[in-house]
Amino acid sequence: MNSAHDLGGMHGFGNIDQSQRENFTHKWEEKVFGLTLACGLLGQWNLDESRYAREQMEAGEYLRSSYYEHWLHGLEKLLIEKGLVTVDELESGRCKNKSSLSPVAVENIPEILGRGSPVQMRPHSAPLFQTGQLIQVKNFHPRSHTRAPRYIRGRSGRVSAHYGAHIFPDLHSARGEKRPAHLYNIRFEAGELWGEQDAEGRFAVYVDLFEPYLQAAEV
Amino acid sequence: MTDKKPDHSHSPDEIEQRVRNLENLLVGKGLVAPQAVDQLVDTYQNEVGPRNGAHVVARAWTDPEYKERLLSDATAAIKESGYSGRQGEHMQVVENTERVHNMVVCTLCSCYPWPVLGLPPAWYKSSSYRARAVNEPRAVLSEFGLELGEDVEVRVWDSTAEMRYMVLPRQPEGTEHLSATELAKLVSRDAMIGVALVGTAS
Repeated sequence: MNSAHDLGGMHGFGNIDQSQRENFTHKWEEKVFGLTLACGLLGQWNLDESRYAREQMEAGEYLRSSYYEHWLHGLEKLLIEKGLVTVDELESGRCKNKSSLSPVAVENIPEILGRGSPVQMRPHSAPLFQTGQLIQVKNFHPRSHTRAPRYIRGRSGRVSAHYGAHIFPDLHSARGEKRPAHLYNIRFEAGELWGEQDAEGRFAVYVDLFEPYLQAAEV
Repeated sequence: MTDKKPDHSHSPDEIEQRVRNLENLLVGKGLVAPQAVDQLVDTYQNEVGPRNGAHVVARAWTDPEYKERLLSDATAAIKESGYSGRQGEHMQVVENTERVHNMVVCTLCSCYPWPVLGLPPAWYKSSSYRARAVNEPRAVLSEFGLELGEDVEVRVWDSTAEMRYMVLPRQPEGTEHLSATELAKLVSRDAMIGVALVGTAS
């Protein structure tokens, strides 16, 4: 979706506040982080659904609020959508019914974190593009979750690497469907993305993009 | 369900209360074990952090064969050094040279290689860094005190999928006699994100 989370290339935010060197600024942020991970480990939703839930925060509110407020919003939304808590419980903070799910045991957490959730899959088809090939990102604007940022859509770049097939997030976020898609790393020249920027000098941006986002470029 | 309209008067006290209620509710419902939150926070505050990445970098500087493995299959090489897991399931390491400087961003959220760098600093997640790194990287680097020559190509890596990136910084000249343990102490988190060089103030 084309919302406020898709920040690449936006102006107007001013300088970077480098005084914020730690991850957490407030105690409640630690809680939101821990609760989000602990609830994620219940297995009722995947990481792409989590990202999508945060992105659906109202766009103006997203920009005004802090990073862990996005997480808090996403967590509350998923808990309600998946039926783990009711709106009434969330608003009152009081438990009406115990959940039938079991929490993740504290002693199992190190092993679970150590394992992670690899997303590599066996591809269903051969890759369409080769390393070195010139490709163009499709011009598309889904209302749902995508990992193709706006600033590269419609732009041409060269395949710098093929990473095999990974779970395609655009479907994973919607129905939890695990479908493989070839993943490529694409190099975009600065001039292709932003026009000529004399002051900036030479640079290139490398973006990981799934095959359904791409088409062969007309040479 | 439609999106619940947020209340626009989030004072720190209100958010604190809202989070406290949520934690009590989730523990009360039996969805979250009482010590789970502390355990998760503690893991990433005290156990997993940029010392891991610095160890990998120093090993690559002192062991050419390890460096080769790191650049060709970072996931396996980092695992070989003892680091793996959540948000580092698939890794790429990009090498700085005399002519190439790499930096890492996530414009869409805050993707970051947890097993080697821990949780990202707040500035990495800020709107400003996410917006500007792909559009004016040299201006961003300059804010961090890093001025690169015109002959250096800046490469910005936007972590849009589940591949996580770490920068292999250049080893400072005159440090060839140091051990891997000593070298690791020089490697800052910011150098492995790519907004600093090793040996410069961070």
